[in-house]
Amino acid sequence: MPAPGVVLILTVVAIVLVLVFFLVSTIVALRQITKGLDEAIASVVEIIEKSAPVEEVVGTINQYLDAGVELLEGLLVKKAGMRDAVGLVDGLYPGAAEAGFRNFPESTEITAPRISEVYTKGTLTLARLGREAPIAAASPTGGAVLRNVTGGSLAARSLYPEVRQTRPERLQRSPVIGTDSPVQYEPSDSPGVRRRLPGGTAVLDDPATAAPPPANAPDAQNDPEGEPGADTRPV
Amino acid sequence: MTVWWIGDIVLLVVVVPVVIYLLAGVLSEARGIVPSVQRIGAAAAAGSADLDAVPLLLTTQDQVIRTIETAANYGGSLDVILDDAREE
Repeated sequence: MPAPGVVLILTVVAIVLVLVFFLVSTIVALRQITKGLDEAIASVVEIIEKSAPVEEVVGTINQYLDAGVELLEGLLVKKAGMRDAVGLVDGLYPGAAEAGFRNFPESTEITAPRISEVYTKGTLTLARLGREAPIAAASPTGGAVLRNVTGGSLAARSLYPEVRQTRPERLQRSPVIGTDSPVQYEPSDSPGVRRRLPGGTAVLDDPATAAPPPANAPDAQNDPEGEPGADTRPV
Repeated sequence: MTVWWIGDIVLLVVVVPVVIYLLAGVLSEARGIVPSVQRIGAAAAAGSADLDAVPLLLTTQDQVIRTIETAANYGGSLDVILDDAREE
């Protein structure tokens, strides 16, 4: 075989060996890549499965929180009024007045009263809840009036039953007692037991003892107390 | 004969270096991907482990519901107790 042929064969063999080395090394690297991707895919599948219920749960939480915000905002505006409500919220969270209430777009147009510049948060809460609180008597200049001076004392009455506090004139008056009282009550035989009601109706009269005494009794006309038909008018 | 030698020279000087260069580049890039893939797998595993606390959201949901219900009851009582704001 000529020398160039031998050189050619050796060169081809060398090229094949190089190809085998590099290709086998590449295959090993690709296997490592495949193994790593399999692990990554498994973890990603776990992430997908674990995060699947998150949207529903977070949605429910947000739904309840939105309802709470609507409830508290509505209650605050209803009880304190829009202006005071904005002032109270701005006092607790400075700058919140600019954002306003979520369900009250008009609240952004209200100038928040400077409530927090005079009173502490606790005092504000007490003053707001109890309109007649003494601390609420002095209102900051230009701020919200926390105390209704003319109607403040009547506000507390609404906390109690209607008949007792707001309509006292309809209650029965206390009975007048004494010798000059319009209604005279007879002495009773025992505490709590009355022999006769002022209207003449007998209560404790026993038929045996209720018989009229003889006409010649010594004190028949002197002590008519307890007798049927006795004059009960005041002396 | 001369042509044979020329072919051998071309094969040794041109073909072999080009083949080695290309195969080395492919192997280098393949080996460079391996660490990246391993880091991706580790990050995905860590993310999956972080989501193990997701069931606690159910507890949070229950607590939020109870809190809002309590606030609603309290607000209802306040609505009865306190007088409404007067219209100015």
